[in-house]
Amino acid sequence: MKRHSVFAILRNGLQKNEKWPQMWRSPDPKPAYDVVIVGAGGHGLATAYYLAKEHGARNVAVLEKGWLGGGSTGRNTEIVRSNYLWDESSRLYEKALQLWENLSQELNFNVMLSQRGVLNLAHSLQDMRDLTRRVNANWLNGIDAEILTPEQVKELVPILNISAKSRYPVLGASLQRRGGTARHDAIAWGFARAADAQGVDIIQNCEVTGIRREKGRVIGVETSRGFIKTEKLALAVAGNTSALAAMADIRLPVQSHPLQALVSEPIKPVLNCVVMSNAVHAYINQTDKGELLMGAGIDAYQGYCQRGSLPVVEHAMAAIVELFPIFSRLRMNRQWAGIVDICPDACPIIGRTPLNGLYVNCGWGTGGFKSTPGSGWVYAHTIAHDRPHPLNEPFSLERFSTGALIDEHGAAAVAH
Amino acid sequence: MFLIKCPFCGSRDETEFAYGGEAGIVRPSDPHSMSDEEWADYLFMRRNPRGILTELWCHSAGCRQWFTVRRDTVSNRIETTN
Repeated sequence: MKRHSVFAILRNGLQKNEKWPQMWRSPDPKPAYDVVIVGAGGHGLATAYYLAKEHGARNVAVLEKGWLGGGSTGRNTEIVRSNYLWDESSRLYEKALQLWENLSQELNFNVMLSQRGVLNLAHSLQDMRDLTRRVNANWLNGIDAEILTPEQVKELVPILNISAKSRYPVLGASLQRRGGTARHDAIAWGFARAADAQGVDIIQNCEVTGIRREKGRVIGVETSRGFIKTEKLALAVAGNTSALAAMADIRLPVQSHPLQALVSEPIKPVLNCVVMSNAVHAYINQTDKGELLMGAGIDAYQGYCQRGSLPVVEHAMAAIVELFPIFSRLRMNRQWAGIVDICPDACPIIGRTPLNGLYVNCGWGTGGFKSTPGSGWVYAHTIAHDRPHPLNEPFSLERFSTGALIDEHGAAAVAH
Repeated sequence: MFLIKCPFCGSRDETEFAYGGEAGIVRPSDPHSMSDEEWADYLFMRRNPRGILTELWCHSAGCRQWFTVRRDTVSNRIETTN
């Protein structure tokens, strides 16, 4: 891998930018691999990277039915934070955030992490109590968090309407200063480039059509480009996990829902942090290009339709205009939906399945992006050692029969 | 946005309806004899198909009746309601 540096930019600039090396190869699938990962989104590529780097795996393939980073990795709202309520999720997301903080150096690729701070607004007394509880829990877990008064919020975000007569009065907010945003495409490209440099085969346009089993073990995977032999098959396909698991007769507690986002026309900088409101199901930040990037809640009904329904967008926009009256005349450029896999307890499933050799990493719901490096890190450990890392042990599939659920709905809710 | 044909009131906007998830999940007849895995299956495991799903809807802002809908989860095309 040719390293990116200031000198590389200068040298390539002088050569009219015609000699940049290819970021990754497009190899044909080999007949057999030690590990096959399905899904070349952020999570799948991160898993491949950490498998190669931390666990010395040399014979790894990542299969992708479409193009690299073309699923929910390219459709999310880029928010990164770790202020979760419960110890288990705090540890997992904090691990991810710590990896994020050094990721550009680690991958030699600018993932454009911008720790501009994440505000979570409270609109009622109960919101304030929940928020205080969560901030206290964050402190106990060593995660930075602050409680702001409405005046402090106004100082940070002058365009926010904090009037007591507002439809959604702002009674306060929590702030995680280390939270912020990162570039969603860069994370897929950076991990792909770094994994490829470690010898990982990234095979695009290769759809999995079946899982071959023998005596309770995975022996290979049928794809649109032929059969590939492997004893370790790891799913990282977010919203499509149920469909793939069904090929191995495994039932999962996840349901796929469309989650919508939209961007406005670009404007001058007006918003320097991420503002989220769980109660009104809306969150907003301004991208480096100047567009306002807004997220809505999930559609109430399950589905794989990547359009999403308009009443949900209308609800979120009504709330955002109420909170930010200055945005009322902005025009929206694009609206889209990504398919998220929602678990009953709003926490992911990372671990083994009843079928030996088959691993799942799913159920991230609306919060998959922020966890990308952490998810890949623990998943790689799980695959390499055939047992979970202590960080993802609580997130097993068995928790649904043991009852040890991790109820993050209260803390994470929609703005996850 | 789509229209759902309530068997009692006719076609109405989706915002009038509440979603009830996958249909045909039968409450266990003998709850005491069930294992933890069977409970997990009943409570949490769902089909979540990419294609036709039979599901429950309630016309909550109308006649308040529950009924089943066969819907394609990819295109949101509704095949039948009854």
